[in-house]
Amino acid sequence: MTAKIAVNGVTRIFGRHPRQALDLLKAGHSKDEIFKRTGQTVGVQDASFEVEAGEIFVIMGLSGSGKSTLVRMLNRLIDPTAGEILIDGRDITKLSRADLTELRRRDLGMVFQSFALLPHLRVWENAAFGLEIAGESLKARRDKAQQALDAVGLGAYAESFPRELSGGMQQRVGLARALANEPSVLLMDEAFSALDPLIRTEMQDELLRLQAERQRTIVFISHDLDEAIRIGDRLAIMEGGRIIQVGRPDEILKQPANDYVRSFFRNIDVTKILTAGDIARRDQVTLIRHTGEGPRAAVRQLRERDREFGYVQDGRRRFHGVVSVETLVTAIERHNGSATLDEALLPGIEPVPADLPMDEVLPRIASAPCPLPVVDGQGAYVGAISKTAYLETLGRTR
Amino acid sequence: MEFKLPIGDWADTAVLFLLDHAQWLFDGIDLAVGAVADGVQTALTALPGVALAAIVVLIGLWRNGWRFALFAAAALLVVAGLGMWHQTVDTLALVLTATAIALVVGVPLGIVAARNDRVETVVRPALDLMQTMPAFVYLIPAAMLFGLGRVPGIIATIIFAMPPVVRLTSLGIRQVPHELVEAGLAFGCTPRQLLFKVQMPTALPSIMAGINQTIMLSLSMVVIASMIGAGGVGNEVLRGIQRLDIGLGVEGGLAVVILAILLDRITQSFGTTDTAGRSPRSVLRALLSRRLAAQPKDGAHLSPTHGVTEAG
Repeated sequence: MTAKIAVNGVTRIFGRHPRQALDLLKAGHSKDEIFKRTGQTVGVQDASFEVEAGEIFVIMGLSGSGKSTLVRMLNRLIDPTAGEILIDGRDITKLSRADLTELRRRDLGMVFQSFALLPHLRVWENAAFGLEIAGESLKARRDKAQQALDAVGLGAYAESFPRELSGGMQQRVGLARALANEPSVLLMDEAFSALDPLIRTEMQDELLRLQAERQRTIVFISHDLDEAIRIGDRLAIMEGGRIIQVGRPDEILKQPANDYVRSFFRNIDVTKILTAGDIARRDQVTLIRHTGEGPRAAVRQLRERDREFGYVQDGRRRFHGVVSVETLVTAIERHNGSATLDEALLPGIEPVPADLPMDEVLPRIASAPCPLPVVDGQGAYVGAISKTAYLETLGRTR
Repeated sequence: MEFKLPIGDWADTAVLFLLDHAQWLFDGIDLAVGAVADGVQTALTALPGVALAAIVVLIGLWRNGWRFALFAAAALLVVAGLGMWHQTVDTLALVLTATAIALVVGVPLGIVAARNDRVETVVRPALDLMQTMPAFVYLIPAAMLFGLGRVPGIIATIIFAMPPVVRLTSLGIRQVPHELVEAGLAFGCTPRQLLFKVQMPTALPSIMAGINQTIMLSLSMVVIASMIGAGGVGNEVLRGIQRLDIGLGVEGGLAVVILAILLDRITQSFGTTDTAGRSPRSVLRALLSRRLAAQPKDGAHLSPTHGVTEAG
């Protein structure tokens, strides 16, 4: 799949002499040094990333990290000082004014933090704003605006004025306006940041629902990691105008590029991102269930390794159950020499699937008598999670 | 020996120079302003007084409600009762002419000043000068260049009254929230669309406040302009002053005040956001939708307040 949006080495410098600052930047001087020497501010420095068609790509960073500048370069509300931005393979930094206007009208929608609705227009007229600008007929405008409003659940308020709506509803209008002309790319600049937490979650769900119906390419700016993880297929983390790391949320969480990224994730609820597979360890004794290996051999193995539990799998690594030294010894005594591992399995042990989030693993860990076995989609043994390992994971990321 | 800056001499020379060499320009301005003034005057006096009064009362009813309409009717009766009707209509014509010209020049100037910092830095001190220079000072050159009569009165009024509309147009456009401008651009506005579909409508309350101030200032020039023969109700006040006729002065002053209140309330009503929805188009639409709502099939016209409570 080719990328919908490709950003290559994009830099933006604010000030009167961007060339001078750009040269210093290329020579390896830092942002602060450049500001001290030339008075030019580096907004975004050498940003490169790709956004696949149909994914929600979240750009994260604290205020001043350049994320708003970066998203504004994607529709050239701010022109890049250097670098190229390809949308559908076309370098938009080289477009003429007319082509740029055409691109904005047809392919790019944008949603703003402050909603940016026109106060003198009715809700439907706001939703139809992009269509009006593009010169569509009144009838087409009405129909498409109504469709977009229906899609965000505001069909009944078409005749209201924005000031008569709550913040959440106003942002729905903002979303409807961005969707009305069916753009292939949606830019959302802190779109939900001004809303109450409850409404914010509701809007995130709304966005995910809309996205499930029809996949658009969405570039979403946020400073809220919970939000980023909730809606983002992939994240880019920015600091001081540079992109520090790009990847799926769990990838970044597991291998943060630096302390800044780590600090971002410090207050995040890791139990929602990490799955059973992520924290399972392969340090338990595994026993292969075939004719040769009987309970006696198993007991010996466990005692040698000083373990209480053994994880039984068959020749094809399919998980079979858990035995303990105690159940093995009981089985040997009862059946004498003819006992098999099957007779020593602990009752009621259900393996957890590897993709189960940590927070859902918790109640089962609490009630399990032994470290919880984890299996993959094919039922193969992946590892086990002990109570200690679970707690350590929580402690490590706090 | 005594040194004196010869600025007065320079001004003298400049006006005389203009008189000698640019008379054609002033004749042209004279002609144009005179034509506009004549048009407005003719339009206002072509109607019977009762009809004109009725129009004012109806506008008051539409914009401000029945209380104001009642007040307007009573106030206009007072003006007629004072025997100042014709003078007041003359003054109204003068004020409307001056305001119209001030707007035609001032609003575009304000727009340009808002979009261009360099223009703004030139325009601002010029406006300060126009507003603070005592009005009597430019009566003299106005009279010299245009002669006595209505036109120099109107021109002096324009000079004095134009600054607020320029300033408030510029300010209004500059104060349009940045994200609103970005939204306009992001959806593909051309510069012209941005101005007329985003910036001007959003700045409208500010621009209307400027228009209101311009009208008020031009009313305050009524008496001064009458000194060079602009006529109207200002002339009555002036006569009252010259003859120490307190009664006449008070009567003329009262007519000016009444005109001021009527114009002020009516123009202000166009600038408030609360009534912004009451444009003729939306009044019509409201009437239409009420008729539609009466038909049983129509369920889409929920009241907006209903929605607000639901949203919490």
